[in-house]
Amino acid sequence: MNAFDAIDSGEEVSKDDFTPQVEPQPTWCPGCGDFSVLRSLKGAMAELGRDPEEILLVTGIGCSGKLNSYFDSYGFHAVHGRTLPLGRAAKMANHDLEVVAAGGDGDGYGIGGNHFTHTARENHDMTYIVFNNEVFGLTKGQSSPTSPKGHKSKTQLKGVAKDPVRPLSLALSGGASYIARTAATNPNQAQEILVEAIEHDGFAHVDFLTQCPTWNKDAGEYVPYVDVQESDEYDFDVSDRREAAEMMHETERALYDGTVLTGRYYIEEDRRTYQEEKQHRGEMPETPLAERYFDEDYEWERSFERLDRHT
Amino acid sequence: MTQDELIWRIAGGSGDGIDSTSQNFTKALMRHGLHVYTHRSYPSRIRGGHTYVEVRASDNPITSKGDGFNFLLALGDSFGRNPSEGAVYGDEEVKPLFENLDDLNEGGVIIYDTGVIDQEETEELDERAEENDWHVYPVDLISIAREHGRDVMRNTAGVGVTAALLDMPLDPIEELMNEAMGGDILEANLSVLSDGYEMAKEEFDIDHNVTLPENDHEEEQVFLSGSHGISYGAIDAGCRFVSGYPMTPWTDVFTIMSRELEDMGGVAEQVEDEIAASMMAIGASHAGAKALTGSSGGGFSLMSESIGLAEMTETPLVMVEAQRAGPSTGMPTKTEQADLEFVLETSQGDTSRLVFAPGNVKETYEQTRLAFELAYEYQMPAIVLYDDQLTGEFRSVPRSFFDREPDPDLGTVTTEEALEELPHDVGGRYERYATDNDDVVNLRSLPGQRGGRFLATGNEHWPDGQIAEDTQNRIKQVDHRVEKVQRVREELAEKPSPNTFEGDEDADVALLTWGSQKGVVEEAVRRLNEQGVAVKSLSVSQMAPLRREEIASFLEGVSKALVVEMNATEQFKGVIQKEFGDYGDLLGSFLKYNGEPFEPNEIMEAVEITMDGEGGATSSETTLRLPRGDRT
Repeated sequence: MNAFDAIDSGEEVSKDDFTPQVEPQPTWCPGCGDFSVLRSLKGAMAELGRDPEEILLVTGIGCSGKLNSYFDSYGFHAVHGRTLPLGRAAKMANHDLEVVAAGGDGDGYGIGGNHFTHTARENHDMTYIVFNNEVFGLTKGQSSPTSPKGHKSKTQLKGVAKDPVRPLSLALSGGASYIARTAATNPNQAQEILVEAIEHDGFAHVDFLTQCPTWNKDAGEYVPYVDVQESDEYDFDVSDRREAAEMMHETERALYDGTVLTGRYYIEEDRRTYQEEKQHRGEMPETPLAERYFDEDYEWERSFERLDRHT
Repeated sequence: MTQDELIWRIAGGSGDGIDSTSQNFTKALMRHGLHVYTHRSYPSRIRGGHTYVEVRASDNPITSKGDGFNFLLALGDSFGRNPSEGAVYGDEEVKPLFENLDDLNEGGVIIYDTGVIDQEETEELDERAEENDWHVYPVDLISIAREHGRDVMRNTAGVGVTAALLDMPLDPIEELMNEAMGGDILEANLSVLSDGYEMAKEEFDIDHNVTLPENDHEEEQVFLSGSHGISYGAIDAGCRFVSGYPMTPWTDVFTIMSRELEDMGGVAEQVEDEIAASMMAIGASHAGAKALTGSSGGGFSLMSESIGLAEMTETPLVMVEAQRAGPSTGMPTKTEQADLEFVLETSQGDTSRLVFAPGNVKETYEQTRLAFELAYEYQMPAIVLYDDQLTGEFRSVPRSFFDREPDPDLGTVTTEEALEELPHDVGGRYERYATDNDDVVNLRSLPGQRGGRFLATGNEHWPDGQIAEDTQNRIKQVDHRVEKVQRVREELAEKPSPNTFEGDEDADVALLTWGSQKGVVEEAVRRLNEQGVAVKSLSVSQMAPLRREEIASFLEGVSKALVVEMNATEQFKGVIQKEFGDYGDLLGSFLKYNGEPFEPNEIMEAVEITMDGEGGATSSETTLRLPRGDRT
């Protein structure tokens, strides 16, 4: 019995299958890094052979939220900051779905920060792409959680007095089991990382540097970039939490000094996903809940059989 | 209260076993053949503070906690002592005795534990006992307990003494102990129980008039609360996903659901906050599970944005709002009905939601099932609004009431086969939000279904879900969402009303109430009718959409009506007046907002003052605002 034919359909897919025929042209500003996320996500899904209708793409509010309009799959464009609880619950109701959440740095590290920590901690088998452009774009240039200290904007007239959030370190201390940073200007690496993130069993966090040519000209285009795995200057073990933490710390600092470091930072392969953990404890069924409602032979328990404790 | 019933109150410190003792004693009364009803009062404290549970038992069905009480078992507060200091905090030990005397009816019975409550401090009691014809039985409960086990078993000793003074057989109590305990603990408790019983039989000349009524149930009864009713209604509606965050009193439902769903292959999630809880319920529902979330006032405030998202994306969402006294943290363990306007209106934009406020245990079950049915049929939020009173209100209900078929149907969900025939945009996206077809409700597709992909969004959208600001489409989409509520109104109009009528059809004076105050209002009306006073009541639980015609015809021909509710700002009266402006001056208000529910005598007094027409204050902690009496 399977009420969801698109799941594991095995049908051949190409990048174009993820391009909607209605409104195929994104309305992001020319030169925006968001184009690159869209392109690499399409590429990654095609490379992995995912059926557009087995994917649930959940987005937040902001320029990044428009991703859903330009990527053809099941989509849920939620409210600001709430992609993760919505996406992870969909995964719990039907764990055969490929769930990807995506949003901006304000969405994920600001208003949705609490969900970021807790979804990472729970290690849901899903991918979270954060469009990090260090600014609020759609609302026209206010400082965001990743804006550098001193960043001036209409709401931070004398410059931001706060240190920026450290996204990778936050994901690590939260408990994410795959953590990477890539940049829009590095499409090949971006696609490779997204493929790994989607394939990873557990919560995969990709901090995706997306330049904003309109509201954050100071940040430049994130070039030149350095891949920490390919550079001889950096040598650390991505499975070692302590070494990963140090490398993340350096990467986060370097960005504000003008050095763009990217790559894989932490990969934990042997940790149970949340679904596995719950199933191991007998707190989650092996067959997705969503299937049960289509199973005509399923015998639904009822409260009448459970009244003995009330006599 | 009437002579042929018992209202037994057990009072002590938090930690003295008041809850478990009262539960078992009440079940014993139920097995003995009586109808039972409990009322719980407890402080918002981790440890310490005083708590009581009241048990009303009668040969007739019971709908309220009654007026005052007639039997007090005052354990005293054994936690009123600081163990490291050996000192007593003021008169904490004695308080559970004296704090409870004001509501004790004339002729009432008092048992108190002399092992905790120093008899030197009870001189004032003798005086008051004489004035009120109370019958006082001091017993050293702690010594009886100590002989067989531990001091804490003094609550069992108290139950033994109670049984002796009521001439109640011990069998049902012993039976329950046998079911709940084992080994040495069981043996010790049984000995303590019978020692208390024997001692009281030997020591005391029983001269009080409080006796146990006689009754036999025709069928087996079960004993449960409004929180069980909601949980079991959800389970029988096929709900297998719950997400929540602890908050009193919502925690009751969350706890029951977590326990039950684990056994049923469901999923229960305690999450980081109420925002996550409600967003998760949306996510689970969107993916094809029947989901429940909920909270109490403060936590529910955090869910406001989710309600709007469910309305806009037309995602089924069933929520529980367990009210407590507000605003803000308010009084966490005290009851109130002041979240009505909030629940009806919260979240920006025009709303499309359903709200039910069940009035008793049976209604919590039935209306939660109805909430699921309608939410999944019409793809919108349905909220079950109840309050702290119903969470602590355990009642006896015939077991057969729950003997019903489950209804796990997902409602208006499509299948892959049906999707082939349904409209799609030129790119193949399913037009899940079509507005130009005959059906008001579109079938929704679930992620993973072949041919069903669409975009759900909190933005206004085209039929395929793509974001839209086109004016014509905007009007169609808004009308579509509003029209769904109208369709629910029509569907419900065809079904038996969940609202209930009591009293003389032709009465000139009427009471309107909602939610948990149904039972007490109806008891007051019955008693007034018995006294020859013509009055009637309508207890409303279908809050949104309202049954306009039913309420209009109820008020037809009435010259004065009081809206009875537990808040200060006349919220339900406001709702009625919004719907029926022409009844403006016909309606007065009878309000209570001290944290305790109404008692029947308070309502009876308010009716008498209203009929009298000359005004005047009530003798209770209530507020009466008389109607001007003319229809404008």
